[in-house]
Amino acid sequence: MRLLTHNMLSSNIKGVTNGFPLLIEAEKVVEKAVDFNEDFLKNMFAKIEWKALVDASKTMGYAELPDNVESSMLDSDEFLQKFHHALLELHLEEGALVCPETGRKFPVSKGIPNMLLHEDEV
Amino acid sequence: MQILCIMLSDIAQIRLVSSHPEVYDPCDDSFALVDALLADRANLLEHHPSICLEIGCGSGYVITSLALLLGKEASGAHYMATDINPHAVGVTRETLEAHGCHAELVNTDIALGLEKRLARSVDVIVVNPPYVPTPEEEVGCFGITSSWAGGENGRSVIDKILPVADKLLSEKGWLYLLTLTANNPLEICLLMRKKGYASRIILQRSTEEESLHIIKFWRDLDTLLEVKESMVLNKTDNRTVTESLPFPSFSVWRNLSRNFN
Repeated sequence: MRLLTHNMLSSNIKGVTNGFPLLIEAEKVVEKAVDFNEDFLKNMFAKIEWKALVDASKTMGYAELPDNVESSMLDSDEFLQKFHHALLELHLEEGALVCPETGRKFPVSKGIPNMLLHEDEV
Repeated sequence: MQILCIMLSDIAQIRLVSSHPEVYDPCDDSFALVDALLADRANLLEHHPSICLEIGCGSGYVITSLALLLGKEASGAHYMATDINPHAVGVTRETLEAHGCHAELVNTDIALGLEKRLARSVDVIVVNPPYVPTPEEEVGCFGITSSWAGGENGRSVIDKILPVADKLLSEKGWLYLLTLTANNPLEICLLMRKKGYASRIILQRSTEEESLHIIKFWRDLDTLLEVKESMVLNKTDNRTVTESLPFPSFSVWRNLSRNFN
């Protein structure tokens, strides 16, 4: 699971009002090289919750992202490379995503998060 | 011969599609959907999708084919797929890997957990839903049943997917939906029209057992305006909306020529 996906997931448990961002419990993190695509990064930048991405990448062992960003930074190749790496190349292979409000764990196995809810959570 | 090889390399190869006793293998419906995507490939490339999502990926044949057929020409595309069946997302992962492709996979019901943050962000949604008419109690069963059990008229899950797709699709977003005649595709188009979507059947195929349609939907300002106007009209004139509907309506063709020429 890429951090882009993490940035798009929230806890949907009944009654939870603020299910984003999910906390990451990382048991196994892998890095996989992905072709760099500037246009994609620029398209996604506006949709990304930056603090969630910074915190998630730190949890995954990557602390190179700046805490604060503005769109002018998209002109910097160095920034784009870091953004690319954090967003697409870091994979949570094994671990869990934790609901920030209830502590409920959504397991991640073989890189796939299980977001299914139990009957009493719907 | 060379052309044939290039054509073949554009979609997933059956021998590389993984399988599991609890996962639906690619069949006529899957092939029809991929054929429709292939036929629409030039438009898809021109569409420059950022995020493509398959809801209910099963064996992974369709999402892998989509990634392959768009290929490097759509290098800015990011692929995602969901399935309620944990075995299916596992098999999809194997199918993608066997073809050297990647899609982000989520084991979830339709797009639960993604709806909030992914709202208005998906440029292409592809759905081969559980469309077989079955007793209602079979809907929502786990395992392979979830791949086909569609409840009354095969519409139970389709009718849950449509509002989610509407929520997730970007302004320019397209939805490709496979349906059976028993699902009443015309009524589905009407439902989507009320949400402001134009539609077109882009492929029809009759097999020994079933008659399949692949419908493409897109947001259309003209449709939205017409719907609003007809709502005003309907206050005084009680015509059914079906009379003015849908394919091939002039607004559809007008829109197509505007978008694609």
